Amino acid sequence: MDFGQFISYIGSGTVYTVGVTLIALPSGLLIGTILALLYVYGGKAAARIMNIYSTVFRGIPPVVLLFILFFAVSKGINLSAFWAGSLSLGVVSSAYQMEIIRGALLSVSGDQLMAARAVGLSRMQAIRNVVLPQAVRLAIPPWSNEAAIVIKDSSLVYALGVPEILRRAQLIGASSQQYLLAYLSAAVIYFLLVSLTTRLLNQLEQKLSIPSNP
Amino acid sequence: MPKPILTIKNLTKTYGQNVIFQHLDLTVNEGDTIVIIGPSGTGKSTLLRCINLLTRPNEGQIWLDDLEITAKGTDEDQVRQHIGMVFQNFLLFNHLTALGNVKLGLTRVKHLSDEAATEKAMRELNRVGLADRANHYPGQLSGGQQQRVGIARALAMDPRVMLFDEPTSALDPELIGEVLEVMRQLSLDGMTMLVVTHEMGFAREVADRIVFMEKGYIVEEGSPDEMFNHPKFDRTREFLWKITELYGKKEKEAE
Ligand SMILES: Nc1ncnc2c1ncn2[C@@H]1O[C@H](COP(=O)(O)OP(=O)(O)OP(=O)(O)O)[C@@H](O)[C@H]1O
Ligand SMILES: [Mg+2]
Repeated sequence: MDFGQFISYIGSGTVYTVGVTLIALPSGLLIGTILALLYVYGGKAAARIMNIYSTVFRGIPPVVLLFILFFAVSKGINLSAFWAGSLSLGVVSSAYQMEIIRGALLSVSGDQLMAARAVGLSRMQAIRNVVLPQAVRLAIPPWSNEAAIVIKDSSLVYALGVPEILRRAQLIGASSQQYLLAYLSAAVIYFLLVSLTTRLLNQLEQKLSIPSNP
Repeated sequence: MPKPILTIKNLTKTYGQNVIFQHLDLTVNEGDTIVIIGPSGTGKSTLLRCINLLTRPNEGQIWLDDLEITAKGTDEDQVRQHIGMVFQNFLLFNHLTALGNVKLGLTRVKHLSDEAATEKAMRELNRVGLADRANHYPGQLSGGQQQRVGIARALAMDPRVMLFDEPTSALDPELIGEVLEVMRQLSLDGMTMLVVTHEMGFAREVADRIVFMEKGYIVEEGSPDEMFNHPKFDRTREFLWKITELYGKKEKEAE
């Protein structure tokens, strides 16, 4: 067996890797954004709860959380390993994404909110139309980092039996006894996925950047 | 009979133990331009922020026309759209063009269609001489231009009264004139204005009344002639002398 065959066998797991990422990242973003808004604008009690959420979820290895959430979720609802794993990863990521969005919201000066209120916008409108659009731009670079982490962490669902890249590398490695080649192939594919994503997000950052004089 | 637009009665504001002002009374009549002067930390900005409810006074009442806006249950957002505010550091929305800045309140608060909002916003930008900069972002505009957009943004809401909080004090001396000129024109057009500024030339020429505030009290108020030429109190004379001197020096340096 040559390298090309390895790549194509293992590479067919990319569908799952990408699939897991495309579920985990957006669901983490949705949850993270809502929690960040509650954290920053929801008052003291909400901030305290969000702080606990963040500390707990970031203080446990993702793979442990993944197992806990997976078994908790699959007890309640009948979900495939793919969906349960993806959503669990989304929840893990939401804590990190919450911190990213929170930092970005706090970086937009409170004066911007005040100026929007002075025009007559409600608090919600001001946050939505003035603070969030500026925060999103500030959040892209750290978010790009988190996207790379989620792509890489998607390999954790292999432990649940989802035939993604790492799982396939392990299988073909075992059957051919060429472990090094198998894992090298997996590494190459992950690396390509991560650098492509980073590059796309870089372009998005450029595209959204606010023009100003040099 | 002059018609009062803003009536302030017995207004008191404290931050913790710190009394900013106490039992303050002030009336602003329709079409009047009132200039407030006073040393730093006197509570001028706090007064303006109380008027458009960005901060709540502890005591006293404010009426906008016949509506007591300090009453319980007042719709603050409703009140604020009738009171324009211009800030010392402009506070344009950084992610929007000049046009976008002026349009935001029109589409979100007044619910105009995009087309109608654009038309109205362009008219306001034209009024401050910046129609040709409509598609520039704040970061692409000079300070003076940014402040004029700030004025257009407030004007677009057709406010009953405009509040200016030191609108030129963050500007390079050579950019102050263009902003003051817009304000002068606005005053001539009959806009009701409450202006905190240390531009004595503007005060002398444009103000109907000058209010001198110190340590949370209104020491004296009167026409520019009364205040500059026959002030009742020595404090007023001293302050005006000091400020004119300081301001004159700055002007000379700019030349
Ligand atoms: N949010 C706040 N919390 C506590 N104290 C405040 C707050 N805002 C203002 N102050 C205090 O209120 C006093 C009056 O401030 P204010 O900004 O109204 O003065 P000012 O007359 O506008 O001064 P300046 O000419 O420097 O702008 C100051 O002593 C200030 O420290
Ligand atoms: Mg001030």
